[in-house]
Formats: sequence, C-alpha cells, structure tokens
Amino acid sequence: MTELNSKIPKGPVAQKWSNYKAHQNLVNPSNKRKLDIIVVGTGLAGASAAASFGELGFNVKIFCYQDSPRRAHSIAAQGGINAAKNYPNDGDSVYRLYYDTLKGGDYRAREANVYRLAEVSNAIIDQCVAQGVPFAREYGGSLENRSFGGAQVSRTFFARGQTGQQLLLGAYSALSRQIKLGMVTMYNRHEMMDLVMVDGKARGIIARDLITGKLERYFGHAVILATGGYGNVFYLSTNAMGSNTSALWQAMKQGAYFANPCFTQIHPTCIPVHGDYQSKLTLMSESLRNDGRIWVPRKKEDAEKNRQGLLKGNDIPEEDRDYYLERRYPAFGNLVPRDVASRAAKERCDAGFGVGPTGLAVYLDFKESIKRLGKHVIEERYGNLFQMYEKIVDENPYENPMMIYPAVHYAMGGLWVDYELQSTITGLFVAGEANFSDHGANRLGASALMQGLADGYFVLPYTVQNYLSAEIKTPRMSTDKKEFEEAEKRVQDRMAKLMSIQGSKSVDHFHKELGKIMWEHVGMGRTKEGLTQGIALIRELRKKFWSDVRIPGKPDELNVELEKANRVADFLEMGELLALDALNRNESCGGHFREEYQTPEGECLRDDENYKYVAAWEYVAEGEFRLHKEQLVYEETEVKARNYK
Amino acid sequence: MNLTLKIWRQKDAKSKGKFVTYTLENISPNCSFLEMLDILNESLIQKNEEPVVFDHDCREGICGMCSLYINGRPHGPDDAVTACQLHMRKFKDGDTITVEPWRAKPFPVIKDLMVDRTAFDKIIQAGGYISVNTGGAMEANHILIPKPAAELSMDAAACIGCGACVAACKNASAMLFVSAKISQFALLPQGRPEASERVMKMVKMMDDLGFGNCTNTYACEAECPKSISRSNIARMNLEFICAKASWE
Repeated sequence: MTELNSKIPKGPVAQKWSNYKAHQNLVNPSNKRKLDIIVVGTGLAGASAAASFGELGFNVKIFCYQDSPRRAHSIAAQGGINAAKNYPNDGDSVYRLYYDTLKGGDYRAREANVYRLAEVSNAIIDQCVAQGVPFAREYGGSLENRSFGGAQVSRTFFARGQTGQQLLLGAYSALSRQIKLGMVTMYNRHEMMDLVMVDGKARGIIARDLITGKLERYFGHAVILATGGYGNVFYLSTNAMGSNTSALWQAMKQGAYFANPCFTQIHPTCIPVHGDYQSKLTLMSESLRNDGRIWVPRKKEDAEKNRQGLLKGNDIPEEDRDYYLERRYPAFGNLVPRDVASRAAKERCDAGFGVGPTGLAVYLDFKESIKRLGKHVIEERYGNLFQMYEKIVDENPYENPMMIYPAVHYAMGGLWVDYELQSTITGLFVAGEANFSDHGANRLGASALMQGLADGYFVLPYTVQNYLSAEIKTPRMSTDKKEFEEAEKRVQDRMAKLMSIQGSKSVDHFHKELGKIMWEHVGMGRTKEGLTQGIALIRELRKKFWSDVRIPGKPDELNVELEKANRVADFLEMGELLALDALNRNESCGGHFREEYQTPEGECLRDDENYKYVAAWEYVAEGEFRLHKEQLVYEETEVKARNYK
Repeated sequence: MNLTLKIWRQKDAKSKGKFVTYTLENISPNCSFLEMLDILNESLIQKNEEPVVFDHDCREGICGMCSLYINGRPHGPDDAVTACQLHMRKFKDGDTITVEPWRAKPFPVIKDLMVDRTAFDKIIQAGGYISVNTGGAMEANHILIPKPAAELSMDAAACIGCGACVAACKNASAMLFVSAKISQFALLPQGRPEASERVMKMVKMMDDLGFGNCTNTYACEAECPKSISRSNIARMNLEFICAKASWE
C-alpha cells in the first residue's frame, strides 16, 4: 500500500516554498537535453508547463484532443485571475489571499499548498503582462482590478469577460515559441488512452491519433497530467463537450489515488436549462455579481404568475422583491462565495419562489447599476456576456433582468498529489483542475486561472526538476518494451469490447441518463438515501451501457462515437466514486452539502473532529475502492466556522 | 420546426465528397444549431448510418473549434456569432439548410464538415509571441499602457482563430487573422522590440502556406464572429512596409 506522504517542507508556512527551492536538486543543462517530459492537456496548466520546460532545455511532448492547443477549455474562463498585488491599496496581501482561499475552501485544503499559490500569484501577473496579455487598464495606464466572491478586496485582474482566453493565448504563444524552437513537439488531435508504468514509475502513455484511429506509444522520464476537471460526469455542465476524466481514471487504475471527488462546484450564475435536447450550459461570469443584484419575488403568487408568463420581472415593484443574498448575508451580499450563492438560489426555488417557465431560475438585475453608472459602463464591463445571454435566451438583459440558475462548473477534487504535485505514482505529476490540492471544498472565483498558471509556470518547473535530478542516468527507453506493448493491448481490448456490443442505444443516451442520476442524487443537496440509491442506479446503468451501447464505424479510423464511448465508460465508474465519497463524508462543507448536516439557518455544518481530512481513494476493482486519509494539519491558521454574514 | 438539410459528406481527405439530403421534424426554435446536428446524428445512429462529423467543443463561442459554412455564410445567418451560438429561431419552418465545411486550400477537409486548421498554428509559431521566458518578467505596473491602446489591443486579441475570415474570402486570405495577432502586440510597448521581425516572419509563413492575398472586399470582417476590425489589416500593412524598408 502506498503511504500518503504529503512531503510538506519544514518551517513556518511563509517560508516553506523558499526553503524547498533552496534545497531542491537541479539538473544541469547538458543533462536536461537527455530527459523527456510528457504533458497531457494544453490548457493553462499544461501549456504553461510545457513552455517553461522547453525554455529550461528539456525535451517535451505535449498532447491535446482538440485540433489546436489554443482550444483547451481554460479559454472559456470569463471573469479574471486573482493576485495579491494590492494595487488598489485596499488591504490585500499574500497572507490575506492565502487566508481567503483557505477559508473559501471551507478548511479542506492543504495550508502549505494554498500559501504557495498566494505567494506566486504576483509573478503570474508580471509574466502575463510581459507576454502581451491585454489586461484592463486605468486611465493612467496602470492595471485595473475588480472584486470577486469571497473577498472584501479588489484583487482580480481581467481582460473584459475573456480573461481565460487571453491568459490561455499567452501560454499558447509561449508554447508556440518553444514548438518553433524544436524544444516541444505538439501532438494535436491525440487522446491519451492509458498510462505506461515501468518498474513502478510512470514512463509513458498510449495515445490514439483521432484522425487515423491508430494507437501510438510515447516515452517520457516523467508524465504530467493537466487534463482538467470531471464536471461532465453530470452531462450538463459549463465544461466543453470533450472535457473528460479518462486520463485521470486510467492513471487511477495504475495506482494513482483520487482525492475528494465529491467536492464539485455548482456555479450560481448560469443560463437555466430549457430543453431535453440541450447539450451544455453556459456560464454568466461571477463578475456580474459586482453590479447585478440577485432577487426573487417576495410573494409566492407573484412567482406563480411569472412562471405562467402573466407577470414580467420588471413589473414586480421594488417592495415585492426579495434580495435574498443581501438579506441573509449583509457583510458580503451578492458577493458571497459560489457554494453559498448556489444553495441560496436552490432554497428559494425549492420553496416556490423561482421564476421563468420552469421555475428553476432567479433574477440577476442590472437596473440599478445602469441607472447609477450608465448603460455604456455596463456595456464596457460586460458587453460580451450580455450579448451571449441575448443570443441564447432571446431576451435583452439591458431591459429585462437576466434569469440564472446554478450549474455544474468546476471540480475541486482530482488526483491526489503531494506538495510537489506528484501523485501516488512515482513520476506522475498532476496540475491545474486535474489535481485536488488548492481549493479544498469550494473554489473562489478567479482562482482557477491563478492555480493553473501557478502550477505550470512556477511550481512544476521546480518540483519536476527535483524528481528528474535522480533520473539523469536513466536512458530513453524503447517503446517496444513489453510494458508499452501490454498497455497498448489493454487499450485495444477495451475498444474491441466496446465495438463488439452493437446494442441499441447511442453513447449520448447513456451519458444523459448518467447526468440525470448525478444531478438528482449527487447534486446540490445530498442525502444518505439519495446517494445510496444513486450508486445503485449508476451500477445498473453501467451494466446496460456495456450490453446495449451502439457504436457505428471501426476502431482504426476517425470515430467520434468511439471517442465518446471511451470517455463515458470512465464517467460511469467515476460517478460512482463521486457518490461514494459524498456518502462517506458525513458533514457539509463547501460545495458538498449533505442535508442531514446543516445549521438551523440552513448553513453548512462541518465536522472538523471526524472529517478534517483529504479522502484519497485507491482503485481496487470495478466499483471497489479503498479509502486512505490525509489528515489536514493547520499550523498557521485557526480553523473556524465560515461566516459571510 | 420541420427542416430539410443538405449536408456535405466526404469520407476522408482523398475521397470525393457530395451533398446528402436529410429531413428533421419537430425541432425546437430554442435549440442551438449544433444541438440540431446532435439530433440528426442520434437518428443516423439509430438507423445504423454513420453520424456527420463536425468540429465543436466549448459550445459557448470562444474556443473557435466549430467551423460550419451554413447557407453560404461562415457560422450561418446570424451576425457576430459562431455556429455553436446560432439558434434555430433564426430559421423558418420548412427551410432547406445547406451545411458545408470551410472551403480553402490551406484548410483541407479531414472528413465531412471537419477541416485541418493547423496552418493557423504554424503562422503563430512563426512569430506570434513576445519572446519572454518564464520568470524573466518585470513588475507588471512598470509598463504603463494608455487605456485606449490597451482597449484596441484587446479588440484585436479577441480573435478566436476559427478561420471564418479565410472561409469567407474569395482569395482564402488569412490577413484578418494574422493582422489581429500583429496588431495586438504592435499596439503594446512589450510587443515593439520584435515588431518588425514578427510581421515579416508571420506574413512569409502565411504566404508559404498558400493563403491568398487581400483585395479589400472585407467579407472577413463582415463574417467574423468576434467582429475583428479590418483596420487591423491596414495596421499590419503599415508594420510590414516599415519593417521591409528598415530591413532593406
């Protein structure tokens, strides 16, 4: 059994990272040339890591399933990126960013990792500006900031509502430069199918060329997974259609542990679901809560009339509106963290105050800000978001309040990693959303971009180098080795099995069914009964999938249905683990809300005595997992109940 | 809504393609265009036929992967949107809709509606970056950038690299795409040191890859889902002339 050793450096939390860097091992330039690194995924974490390793002189191979590395889903992040620059002089500091992030995560993240994240945040902004990222500016030419949920300072840097796009294009440009210089080899339209282990270490991957359908073998002295989150286990989410958990799941089958899978983030401001044919949900940036006020009708009869289309939002007078976030949380108001805002919206809708045709929506209203600041200011700040809303809903949000509802957005859980971002498999590193380490049970807005780039630019280049310093005598391995052959065989067998079923239902059918089970039983409000039932339903569905899925075409050609089937097969296993983890965690914290554990006011009731640990799950067999616990030790910060009132 | 679809089907890069007609019934006007294609594919799978292959990913208009030529227009009849943001309410009951892949020599068809756009990556690799290594950056606020310049730079940087400009152009010119990247950096002080080298290299790569020249019809701007301005092309030409003069 692998021991969970988080390898946190000694010393006060503020000096741990400096101590680590001062004592880590390095690789000299001539040896760097002899070492190969595989990176899977080209989002913020993957692209920035690959570029940085290329600059250092390592040989890098990087993979993505999209047609270009610039398409990775980091591109869709809207609102911004946090850093502790304190330019507005409003009381920010590295410590405060660390504290807010730790508290925002409901004290379920590792102190030392979060501090390091806050510590490197400022260097990220410097790096991005130097790359030519066109951040918003003040008239004097300096950088502009805005505020985000869970903070009382303005520390969020942004490029209109397209911050993720601009940061990703920055990392993509750095990556492109290294590709041109020959330091990085790019494999687009390639999907990782399995991890190759040699003598207990990660030594390569099996990838499928999605155009030819051929399986290919690649060797690396180290493998980095930066493959994003598993939100699509819910089918409807704000993730891209191709976002999947398969790389993580295959790594898990080789011995990596999956940590805190039940910590999933439901984002409060998304465009509500409107039909069965719907394939994805669209986020409306959290930044909108800076200027938008959230409300539902105060009277049930008004809500009812609204649902029947007899009473418009605009026609409900001020005194009949319930600004429930401002009422319940006067200190943070509309800027409470995401988990709190989502639950509050669900509570109002469940109580019968929801609006819109389905009753599963609340209003996000800009009338007051437009009056106070003028339409042009709102347009300048959120123009592209308003346009996006109008295209989807066919209603003008400058005139009518937006309708929003929570939707699955982000996965705080991921593969377990130590302080060096190394998984329980030696030589396998995990970065960005794919790991579990920094956001605890709830991620604050504008912190995902920060973490992705922190891992890629400023953490992995140190920690992977420390690992590789002991690998300088390991020569490149031939991919004819039996371990590569066996891994390829595993992939072939699985695809052959999938293709041989020739049942009656499409892959999407099963994915949608899984999504319904997950949302219903493992969604925003979880109970012991619901989770137990959910697990049984997932198992049943998995059985049906493996006996009744229909995949047209052949495995050795471009076959989109086969790609989807591979991913959904893994989601059908991962979903069960997610529910199992939620069932195991008999407390409510962050994005994980167990209805049995709440305060009389309906807030999360944490159980620090019994659950202040990271739940790291080991794969034993299909549907069978072993729990390992990493106790969380807080040396620097007092663990308190989270209060945004 | 009931619809007739004429969709380009092509087995692979080497085979000859053709239009195939399909009919769909009871499509909701709130359905997105790609969701309508999902419904078509679901019915094809049920009939044991091969589903239509098309590129898509984020489905919120930002990744730039979707690339459909709908009724003679890149991304279809709505303005300033990608195909994934196009909704069926833009069509009428009984309409016949023609769907083709991008048509341009540097974007060869891979299968059905899917094309190869790695040419765009190659252009960026030729010089679409500022050469700064990780960790080699100065304090961010030491570089002051006038707000109007930052805004103009951002306007250009909003390009999603979908290739609609090339598909719209009768010359298959990539000038709008290339000039957007040139402009983003040319407008910022950080981008100036390499400005002339960048424009020379990127333009050369664009030409080498077989993209056509600009004859000022501005179809690119009209069809760009992000409304990237043609003034970027003028800025690129200016940068190019200055760079050429100083090189010679």
